[in-house]
Amino acid sequence: MTGTMAIVGFGLSTIGPGIATGLIFAAYINGLARQPEARGLLQPIAFLGFALAEALALFGLVLAFVLK
Amino acid sequence: MFNRSGAAAEGFVPPSAEDFIFRPIFGDSLFFTKPALLVFFSVIVISVFFIATSRKALVVPSRAQFLGESIYGFVREVIGRDVIGPDFMKFVPFLFSLFTFILVNNIFGIIPIIQFPTMSHIGFPIALALFTYGVYHAVAIKHHGFFKYVKDICFMPGIPKPIYIILTPVELLTFLVTRPMTLSIRLFANMFAGHLLLLVFTIGGEHLLAGGIFMKVLSPFSFVMAIGLTFFEFGIQCLQAYIFTLLTALYIAGALSDAH
Repeated sequence: MTGTMAIVGFGLSTIGPGIATGLIFAAYINGLARQPEARGLLQPIAFLGFALAEALALFGLVLAFVLK
Repeated sequence: MFNRSGAAAEGFVPPSAEDFIFRPIFGDSLFFTKPALLVFFSVIVISVFFIATSRKALVVPSRAQFLGESIYGFVREVIGRDVIGPDFMKFVPFLFSLFTFILVNNIFGIIPIIQFPTMSHIGFPIALALFTYGVYHAVAIKHHGFFKYVKDICFMPGIPKPIYIILTPVELLTFLVTRPMTLSIRLFANMFAGHLLLLVFTIGGEHLLAGGIFMKVLSPFSFVMAIGLTFFEFGIQCLQAYIFTLLTALYIAGALSDAH
């Protein structure tokens, strides 16, 4: 079997952001279910949190390509 | 224009970062490759579209005018007014050009024939992030004055003294390094990963098609997956344009607010 450990590192780096994204959208959906009018307020916060959490996984992807 | 030679005879070659390097269009100049061409093209597309839809503005809008106005309205109301607050009108032109430029360049990734998101070359997101970086620092310095701004970053008011040992380096790093870096890498990596994903399934499908009978049977699944992912990519591309602009607006809002 051939390959680089960098890809395994990328796989590991997706675990945290995966859980984080799930928690963020769970909280967002909960908030909307309780108070549908709060959509305008919650949406930017949810997507901001999603973007910040997801960035970590993408750093992993970039590093997997950089560290050959 | 492409590096990949169509022959998939000698085994499957998975897509890699090499697939993002294009040959120069004119002569040997490395400046003018496909992504640079796409940037110029996108500017023309955006200008023509918005001039054409806003020049003969009617009270009862045509379909194109409605589309143009709803994009503008979205940036102004949802990103500008809701995030920045009362002083938002000054920043709407900046936010709007940022949003449309990123959006069109991202969507190039799924338009047939073009099929390359410009933002998957990191140089372009870095340039855009530097604009944002310059703008939010300039706004803050203009609003607070240079020394008060530096003091606000280094010594956030209303926090016990010993915490500054940790907080000051973190805050400095956030404002000077992390923000522009994450802003550009997020956009770049999303587009890079998306394009790579599409390449995996299309090249995989092509390779399967060239193989034996069992592989030929499987290849449509790969192509169907590629088509499905194209729609998924469309969502991601719009979302990334939105997030880049939203974060810019948030940084500007942070620069304008009185207490950090």
